[in-house]
Amino acid sequence: AVLDGLKYAKSHEWVKHEGSVALVGITDHAQDHLGEVVFVELPEVGAAVSQGGSFANIESVKATSDVNSPVSGEVVEVNDKLGEAPGLVNTSPYEDGWMIKVKPSNPSELESLMGPKDYTKFCEEEDAAH
Amino acid sequence: MGLLRQSEKLGLPLMNLVRFKGMPILDQLNLEEKLLRTTSDNWCIVNDGANAPTVVMGVSGKPAELLELESVIGDNVPVIKRFTGGGTVIVDEGTIFVTLICNKDAVPKVQPYPRSIMSWSGKLYDEVFQGIGDFQLRENDYVFGNRKFGGNAQSITKDRWIHHTSFLWDYEDRNMTYLKLPSRAPEYRSARDHTEFVCRMREYLQRSAFIDKTIKALDNYFMVQPATPADVNSCQVAKFAHSTRLLSKQELEDACSSTKPGTIAQSASI
Repeated sequence: AVLDGLKYAKSHEWVKHEGSVALVGITDHAQDHLGEVVFVELPEVGAAVSQGGSFANIESVKATSDVNSPVSGEVVEVNDKLGEAPGLVNTSPYEDGWMIKVKPSNPSELESLMGPKDYTKFCEEEDAAH
Repeated sequence: MGLLRQSEKLGLPLMNLVRFKGMPILDQLNLEEKLLRTTSDNWCIVNDGANAPTVVMGVSGKPAELLELESVIGDNVPVIKRFTGGGTVIVDEGTIFVTLICNKDAVPKVQPYPRSIMSWSGKLYDEVFQGIGDFQLRENDYVFGNRKFGGNAQSITKDRWIHHTSFLWDYEDRNMTYLKLPSRAPEYRSARDHTEFVCRMREYLQRSAFIDKTIKALDNYFMVQPATPADVNSCQVAKFAHSTRLLSKQELEDACSSTKPGTIAQSASI
């Protein structure tokens, strides 16, 4: 599923700009390809994130996978529920499985991200190429 | 796959092959993480035996749940938490390590996701073990029949991935007693204890033959070129913050205390 109202990165993270805060998580495409998530390691509140840089780790199957931030800024909140319930990333990637809230330092970065239609096409092309 | 003409091989991506013998597993893991995150080359690292018995847990491993801590602490067995996912192993000089570090587009049709990489690795090792035992990739393990001899783990970044394997060429039964039966285990294990679940690769082929066959199988996907430790050193950045670490005795003792009745239960925030 790809939701309207969100922006998407090529590394399969989504961002929702809500006023002065941006909500970030991984997409349904990503959680499906990763498999059952068993552990999520999140940054501390106050940590700096940069667009395209890794801010978290997800463990699934036998792998740790980087999660990369779609925007630069400061982490203002993390989803504590993922400590006890990492599977929320699989079951509710766009809602209960959100990962961090960021105070963006450069909101114009959102313009470089994909909208829902472009992201859907991107995913189709990526899967078809493999 | 089979033999490729030299002209066909010219289109294949380069892979640097580095061989060690008896490298301490902590050093190996630190090297791997550094090569994964700070270089853009493809690498195959073969470490023919670690130097001393060591427990190696995955990134989210909890010592209290996975280890017989009183024995581990009493026998001064080092415990490492590595940067990749997956389960807990005990490694020693009878363990052969094969690590593949690749750019995400290095292998056609392989996506930088766990199952895609794992599936391709199964095909690679199908070629290595062709005609040897009843080899298969089974629920992320390499097995002969229903007995595991190779454990896998991965780490995936935006543009690269690592898939590393510890192969049980031989092992000490006694060392397996340091490990508890994990709560998260493959279905085919069927609650067997370690001695009934694993097997020794030495019963199937010679050590040198395994390493040679692995390199030969890689030749079908890469232009494999030998690299020396000096080559490895020359392409590394000076400073890198490893996430693999050796757990302290205090951490292990705290974890051990948390399992004893009558103590306040604390989650092992290790």
